[in-house]
Amino acid sequence: MPDISQQLQEQVLQARSGKEKLSIVGGGTKAFMGRAPSSDAGALNVLNVGEHTGIVAYHPVELVMTVRAGTPLSDIEAALAEQGQALHFEPPHFGAESTIGGTFACNLSGPGRPWAGSVRDQVLGIRLLNGKGEHLRFGGEVMKNVAGYDVSRLQAGALGTLGVMTEISLKVMPGPAASLTLVQDMAMDEVLHYMNSRAAEPKPITAACWVDGKVYLRLSGAKSAVEATAEKWSGDVMEKGEAFWRSVQDMQHEFFADKDEPLWRFSVGSTAATPKIEGQWFIDWAGSQRWFRGTAELGDLEPLARTAGGQVSLFRGGDRSAEVMHSQPNALKTIQQRVKNSFDPDGIFNPGRLYSWL
Amino acid sequence: MTTRPNISKADLAEQFRTFVDADFVITDNETIKPYECDGMSMYCEMPLLVVLPETVTQVQRIMRICHEHGVPVVARGAGTGLSAGAMPNKEGVVLSLAKFNRILHIDPLARTASLQPGVRNLAISEEAAQYGLYYGPDPSSQIACTIGGNVAENSGGVHCLKYGLTVHNIFSVEMVTAEGDVVTVGSDGLDNGGMDLLALLTGSEGLLGVVTEVKVKLLPKPEVARVVMAGFDSVQNAGDAVGGIIAHGIIPAGLEMMDGYAIVAADDFAGAGYPREAKALLLCEVDGTEEEVLEHIVAAEAVFRKLGATSVRTSQSEEERVLLWLGRKSAFPAVGRISPDYYCMDGTIPRRHIAHVLIEMQKMSEKFGLRVANVFHAGDGNLHPLILFDANVPGEFERTEAFGASILNMCVEVGGCITGEHGVGVEKIRQMAIQFNDLELQQFHDVKAAFDPAGILNPGKGVPALKFCQEYRALEYKQHQHEHTEAAQHA
Repeated sequence: MPDISQQLQEQVLQARSGKEKLSIVGGGTKAFMGRAPSSDAGALNVLNVGEHTGIVAYHPVELVMTVRAGTPLSDIEAALAEQGQALHFEPPHFGAESTIGGTFACNLSGPGRPWAGSVRDQVLGIRLLNGKGEHLRFGGEVMKNVAGYDVSRLQAGALGTLGVMTEISLKVMPGPAASLTLVQDMAMDEVLHYMNSRAAEPKPITAACWVDGKVYLRLSGAKSAVEATAEKWSGDVMEKGEAFWRSVQDMQHEFFADKDEPLWRFSVGSTAATPKIEGQWFIDWAGSQRWFRGTAELGDLEPLARTAGGQVSLFRGGDRSAEVMHSQPNALKTIQQRVKNSFDPDGIFNPGRLYSWL
Repeated sequence: MTTRPNISKADLAEQFRTFVDADFVITDNETIKPYECDGMSMYCEMPLLVVLPETVTQVQRIMRICHEHGVPVVARGAGTGLSAGAMPNKEGVVLSLAKFNRILHIDPLARTASLQPGVRNLAISEEAAQYGLYYGPDPSSQIACTIGGNVAENSGGVHCLKYGLTVHNIFSVEMVTAEGDVVTVGSDGLDNGGMDLLALLTGSEGLLGVVTEVKVKLLPKPEVARVVMAGFDSVQNAGDAVGGIIAHGIIPAGLEMMDGYAIVAADDFAGAGYPREAKALLLCEVDGTEEEVLEHIVAAEAVFRKLGATSVRTSQSEEERVLLWLGRKSAFPAVGRISPDYYCMDGTIPRRHIAHVLIEMQKMSEKFGLRVANVFHAGDGNLHPLILFDANVPGEFERTEAFGASILNMCVEVGGCITGEHGVGVEKIRQMAIQFNDLELQQFHDVKAAFDPAGILNPGKGVPALKFCQEYRALEYKQHQHEHTEAAQHA
């Protein structure tokens, strides 16, 4: 398992002195995300982090693992499974090559996210190459650490615009002893109230979604608790529950099958009414994450998302030369430009990938 | 970074009084006095003046004036902080958020609470209780500390191994920037697009903005919670038992450890019935559904017995559970009774080093001639050594500080950090140079400048000036060499 951090650092330094721009790539499975590179940014050289792989340290009893950023998710999960542990944020695999670095840079978490936390929640520390080619260490391998700003978690969702992560330390957790899924028919306008009421009960619920007129609830934890709750709650026990959630996690569910149609992601209040617009909905995270398939303009959807207490982004497809993320108020835009500048003064990394202005 | 303010105290007060009730622009020394320190009372400073706004617009105007004139601003909640993070700046303003004390809204279905920053941590759970909900993070100071301060410090508490820190339990904050803009960071959604500024702000110790509203996540109150208490005749065995529980696949709601000194002091104080002869005590709380708790209690008892517990007791009722916790929760005042003063440290270490660190700390205790009692969040390796001293004995506080610094250095040496939850503030600013190199510290300074170009928010806290670091590291190095030579001579 090669450590190529020195090589990566040299490439960054070279790019800086040669006034080149770099496109950071891990496994390349999330190339569809973010904006297309701006044409005026000039030629983009690829910085391949996908070769920077390997588990640096793993102490099961500490519930901590440190890995190189290019390590495939499947390698990490295999090592954890040997110890009965797992990544509770259930990262989507968009292919065998999906890496931990890309997952964190895109802040992608699966169906268990509202209960088990996001990838960002589990990150304890990172090593980062900034735009000056400085290899820095932030956070650490312990659960509680408030020394210095939380530069590690700042990277979540930044799409690599602030630097190249080379190492990530994560909190890992024991896998659940038992798990089952309850399914029943339900209309879309009833489901938000239903899912949120269930989530407000002190029961071992770990996923809740709605698609195609059916609501799916997952229970996981101690066997006795899972079974007792299933007995009390309505719905049929699903035979292939695990496979269903896997398809949701990896976006292999048929709802996501048409890769050409624009796919929008609403991140909103869990109980906020679903906007009445023409298209198809997949409601996940007990209402906090809603996928919308349909043709629309970002500018038209933003006010709807705002009314629902949140934001919208163009997750896949559509016009990627325009903005794809929810717009930012001026004061935050200025701060983010300055933050970017503090990490990457020459604008080397992923120019325009997150916002046209970053 | 900072330049001297270009406005006089009188002019500043006059400007504030044009929009803040004159009684709440405090300029006389007698009334300012209570603001001279926070919970870390060894560090004091009198500010220029204290202002208590009651609207966000007032906060905005205060920030604009201070930004324009280069006046330092120290935001303050309940002042319970333990790293002097809210110690005033002598050329600056203390901006107290005490009047922002309203719970704005609780949404039982969405399980959220919108709060002004001056709402006390415990008041959130008390108000949410009617819906069967509560707020997760529960720092020891929860009776008094406020949610705004919790955001500034990324506060944890006894239950954070399972339920997370403040950063894991908030949706959004509204804040006033150093330049006087009001912005909302985060949303009602769980994950927003773009870089995670909310995480960056959490734990930033008042250096990046002034929080004026917080939306937090509420959790359903578990059906049942029970605690298993286990006594051990060595810290080594207790340390191993902590790992044993985790290795068994149980994530306790709380897992706390106390050493011999603390056990006796807490038992004298609370009458909790602790095993007074034990060298170490573990309190392991398990919560969840009835079935789950029963399953895990049986497992935890077995793990403790197998790993050499000399006594095991499990709470049989809610009263007994509360009693067993009472000792732990009153450990600080209890230790306060056996010593004129105590100094509470806060470092985090990888759990596997617990026994080693405690044994080394005992050696240091002998070397410095000061007693130390240990109470800590063993589940997440967060140590709280209490160094006992007498401030009236000349030189004893200095020795205490040196002892404390040695403990923090050891935390870094074993792969941990200099502060788990109390923050850097003024207190640990020197140790930042041990944990971070100059490039990393410069990156922190650059991040700060992105939010606060004029450097008016809580200057001199959190991140040390680089020049200062080189001196400190050189001093530490010399000290280290000296200790090695001494050790060699003894050998």
